[in-house]
Amino acid sequence: MSLLVICFDPSELSQVAGFGASFGTYDVLLLTGEAGNAGASKIHVANLVEVPPADNIGKSVASVAANYTHVAAVSSMRAKDLMARVAGINQSAMITDVVKVFSETEFERPMVAGSVLARVKAESTPIVMTFRPAGFDKTVPGPNGSVESISISDTGRVKRVSTSARQGGRPDLSQAKFVVSGGRPLKDAATFEQVIGGFADKFGAAVGATRAAVDSGIAPNDLQVGQTGKVVAPDLYIAAGISGSTQHMAGIKDSKLIVAINKDGDAPIFDQADLGIVGDLYEVLPELEKALS
Amino acid sequence: MKAIVPIKRVVDPYAKVKPTADGAGLDSGGAKFEINPFDEIAVEEAVRQKEAGRFTEVVVVSVGKGECEEQLRKALAIGADRAVLLETQEPLDSPAVAKVLSEFVAAEAPHVVLMGKQATDDDNNQAGQMLAAILDWPQATFAAKTDFAADKATVVRETDSGEETLELPYPCLVTTDLRLNEPRYIALPGIIKARSKPLEKRPLASVPAPKSSVVSFAPAPARPPGRKVGSVAELAQAIKDRGVF
Ligand SMILES: Cc1cc2nc3c(=O)[nH]c(=O)nc-3n(C[C@H](O)[C@H](O)[C@H](O)COP(=O)(O)OP(=O)(O)OC[C@H]3O[C@@H](n4cnc5c(N)ncnc54)[C@H](O)[C@@H]3O)c2cc1C
Ligand SMILES: Nc1ncnc2c1ncn2[C@@H]1O[C@H](COP(=O)(O)O)[C@@H](O)[C@H]1O
Repeated sequence: MSLLVICFDPSELSQVAGFGASFGTYDVLLLTGEAGNAGASKIHVANLVEVPPADNIGKSVASVAANYTHVAAVSSMRAKDLMARVAGINQSAMITDVVKVFSETEFERPMVAGSVLARVKAESTPIVMTFRPAGFDKTVPGPNGSVESISISDTGRVKRVSTSARQGGRPDLSQAKFVVSGGRPLKDAATFEQVIGGFADKFGAAVGATRAAVDSGIAPNDLQVGQTGKVVAPDLYIAAGISGSTQHMAGIKDSKLIVAINKDGDAPIFDQADLGIVGDLYEVLPELEKALS
Repeated sequence: MKAIVPIKRVVDPYAKVKPTADGAGLDSGGAKFEINPFDEIAVEEAVRQKEAGRFTEVVVVSVGKGECEEQLRKALAIGADRAVLLETQEPLDSPAVAKVLSEFVAAEAPHVVLMGKQATDDDNNQAGQMLAAILDWPQATFAAKTDFAADKATVVRETDSGEETLELPYPCLVTTDLRLNEPRYIALPGIIKARSKPLEKRPLASVPAPKSSVVSFAPAPARPPGRKVGSVAELAQAIKDRGVF
């Protein structure tokens, strides 16, 4: 048994130790940036300037992965893009969004918008996985055994013409301790930014949104939380003007405290929130901001 | 240009699904089955490309039991030209689906495969990338916008922090995300017309054994019941009392 954890950038290094511990020792392949503590036996540093399109590095990464029985990465869109490609190249079994490790071959993962937890058995190795760090101990990783550089080659077949990443300096949703999310009633992008963004900035919180908000152009797509968006696990999640659909709740179940603000006392979110208040978000949020300040 | 769109039959995404009492299976309480929502977006996108004169033929394909015919008919009603059901009773995981589809795609030799990013029942998000890997085709997952020009495909794709634009040579594989389009409402004439479009059933002699399988299902743990507070002051206090702030 041997585990390789692929990290896209150094921010992921601190998230692997809890998962890695379930396997004993592990190596890390860091695609961009400089090595930091990851508690790895060996860290392979590829030193790429940016992560190329999955197609371009798939084979090269797969050839490194082929030396291991288990290959994993923190769940994210880029991980799903690359890891399933690597699994396809190496003819691996693949388990998406692992939240628990029972044994070298049995894992737990949510399915059907988080409404069930499945115990899944891999029938053969190699096994490729993506995992959700929230399911594992927040072990602070120690130093690595050794650091070695490795070359990951880029075929250049797919050309990246441009990227647009949102700036703004807000915390990363999937790692934030405090998330404030808004839904469809936020009307338009300016209102969303002012009401939800303004509240969040007061407390250094991350901002999230429902699909309904994203669909209506109220919030950018990368803020979508849920089954088909991001999964968050903050200490405090405030849902303002969110009905509480299964698909949205799938992304927030690991939150320690869920607070719902909804003007409809019968909204399904009240069945799943720890604390709820029936009221108009446009009145409640400013008052809450004052009360918490 | 020819396009292939693989579609999966899934339980209605709005249905309540829970494990059976013995944990061996899932109970969706007799809910309807639908085209996987992301695959419906893929069919819609392909049909729009055809309507715009970019694609010349749109072929939909499903791997699975006879019932998948229902979803293939719906795809034909959206505007696909023909459908193929690769029929099997065997259980399939995403690697097996990718393998079966790879043989079909190799024989059909399309310019583009357009498919969903993820099936809403298994939430795997695997088959597209695996299919691209087996075919050794370039991939663009999570498409928000496509442009299928004569010499290359340009895809704006969703990323963890925003979006990026990729250019891919043909043949290529694209998986769809939610913002790509809003599938049309299917009117009666489309449904009637779909009845006369070709739908071919091909029994599969064998399918690859799944590389993983579900041992048991458990309900997702329910949160302990919460409470409603009467005022903002009470809410703020309760948040502070929980020590998370
Ligand atoms: C395949 C698929 C995948 C999906 N994936 C996701 C996903 O990842 N994430 C996601 O979020 N959704 C997802 N959805 C959509 C999901 O089913 C819901 O449609 C969506 O979450 C609803 O968003 P909402 O709560 O903002 O809007 P609504 O359902 O419209 O709810 C708005 C709520 O705000 C309340 N309200 C209105 N005005 C106010 C006010 N002034 N003050 C306070 N409360 C107010 C209303 O009472 C209502 O409860 C998915 C759906 C499908 C089919
Ligand atoms: N049985 C199937 N038949 C046809 N296409 C499928 C099948 N299963 C999965 N797919 C396709 O693969 C995509 C990803 O599925 P998955 O890996 O299960 O999340 C789906 O959106 C479909 O486009």
